[in-house]
Amino acid sequence: MQLFPCPFCGPRAENEFHFGGDLGNVRPEGGASVSDATWSAYLHMRRNPKGPAREVWMHLTCGEIFALERDTVTHAVLGSHGFGEGSAS
Amino acid sequence: MTRHYSALSLLKEGLTGQRGWQPAWRSPEPKPRYDVVVVGGGGHGLATAYYLAKTHGIRDVAVIEKGWLGGGNTGRNTTVVRSNYFFPESAALYEMALKLYEGLSRELDFNIMLSQRGMLSLAHSPAEMELAARTVNAMQINGIDAELLSLDRVKSMIPAYDFGPTARYPVYGGVLQGRGGTARHDAVAWGYARGADRLGVDLIQNCEVEDFLVEGGRCRGVKTTRGVIRADRVGIAVAGHSSVLAEKAGFRLPVTSYTLQACITEPVKPILDCVVLAPALGTYVSQSDKGDLVFGGGLDRIPSYAQRGNLPVLETVIAGLVGMFPSFRQLKLMRQWAGIVDVVPDSSPILGESPLPGLFLNCGWGTGGFKAIPAGGVLLAHLLATGRHHEVSRPFDLDRFARGRLIDEAAGSGIAH
Repeated sequence: MQLFPCPFCGPRAENEFHFGGDLGNVRPEGGASVSDATWSAYLHMRRNPKGPAREVWMHLTCGEIFALERDTVTHAVLGSHGFGEGSAS
Repeated sequence: MTRHYSALSLLKEGLTGQRGWQPAWRSPEPKPRYDVVVVGGGGHGLATAYYLAKTHGIRDVAVIEKGWLGGGNTGRNTTVVRSNYFFPESAALYEMALKLYEGLSRELDFNIMLSQRGMLSLAHSPAEMELAARTVNAMQINGIDAELLSLDRVKSMIPAYDFGPTARYPVYGGVLQGRGGTARHDAVAWGYARGADRLGVDLIQNCEVEDFLVEGGRCRGVKTTRGVIRADRVGIAVAGHSSVLAEKAGFRLPVTSYTLQACITEPVKPILDCVVLAPALGTYVSQSDKGDLVFGGGLDRIPSYAQRGNLPVLETVIAGLVGMFPSFRQLKLMRQWAGIVDVVPDSSPILGESPLPGLFLNCGWGTGGFKAIPAGGVLLAHLLATGRHHEVSRPFDLDRFARGRLIDEAAGSGIAH
């Protein structure tokens, strides 16, 4: 069992967490004027990197949504931080 | 000088000390140019090369493999073949594969040990029985063999299952696809490799693609660890590493790479003569010809390229198995392994030309690529030979994501990949 660091609760078991996608995948503004290709890229296309990754995760037990940096080959956790005011990106 | 496999050649070689067998394929140096380069020497890539040469007469083909043939997911799956999907598009695709599997040993002169022992999906509640009836209806409408089984039929098929009053996972019935079963995974790769080699295809192992050669906005070949190889068209069939190659080609795919684990027990006498899946648990199991129980389950829900599984999912899968078959508790686990699977939001594959013209995709099979190998080969070969879709592959083009025409088999057939 791997431990992931929740910024709110500290280290917790991996199966308490849910993967939420690429960090920095920002929803396109503009409503109906956004093209199908742009909207599809936001919804579906993924960076899916081999190696260091910056991802959004949710800690299911406390509801904290946070940024997790980890390596997808070694599974090493490189860092995590919450989305305080002004820190979301 | 024996290359054909038959009873007669076995006899001949037996009488002459087995000294005349030839390697099943050559190991040529890469040429500077081919008509078509296929990246990925797994089942899909090798089948693509075979059908390019066999069906389309394009024999100036190279398969580029960074490791060894069939060493990725082709050698890591649980060898199940079936076509029990929900939507007509999927049924056409997977049924094409199953029909090709049915004739493949003869076609390739290589025994792929296809065993159509039946694929049994269990239903654990009255509500699941209603969904099972829906699945059977959908499959039959699509022209696929399917049977709704009563509890008594299930009991007669898998007597080792725990049907007792305190059963952890009670059964109400099930869905049987009688033509489903297993095939020897390595033999599928080796058979296609040998067939492609005999038609003139160069199989180049230990050669990693580092980048694509792009000229005039078009893919014109690959840059590899063994030099530049030019080609008119390039196909990629690299499963969990599709996003890595897509990034080199300058686009993104709707793919997330996850670990999928499988395990095998010590060999025992025959106890299970079909493939059993408990959809609610995600655990499925079959017994190999050698006697070991081959089983697996759901994904590790952590994006990964590590080719090794994490313990929580392993525990879930094994707990599911021993809950279904309590007598399996006493078996020793011999091996556990994992492959990196390419999971797409609608759990359906991606076949078609990529955003980089001249580069064609075969990916997104998720946890179910092995069963589709012959069809993946036929369809990617068709794309590479003609530049156009086969009618079966058209719905699976990458454009379905922008068009909103997803083929959601996770919702349709409850397949969790």
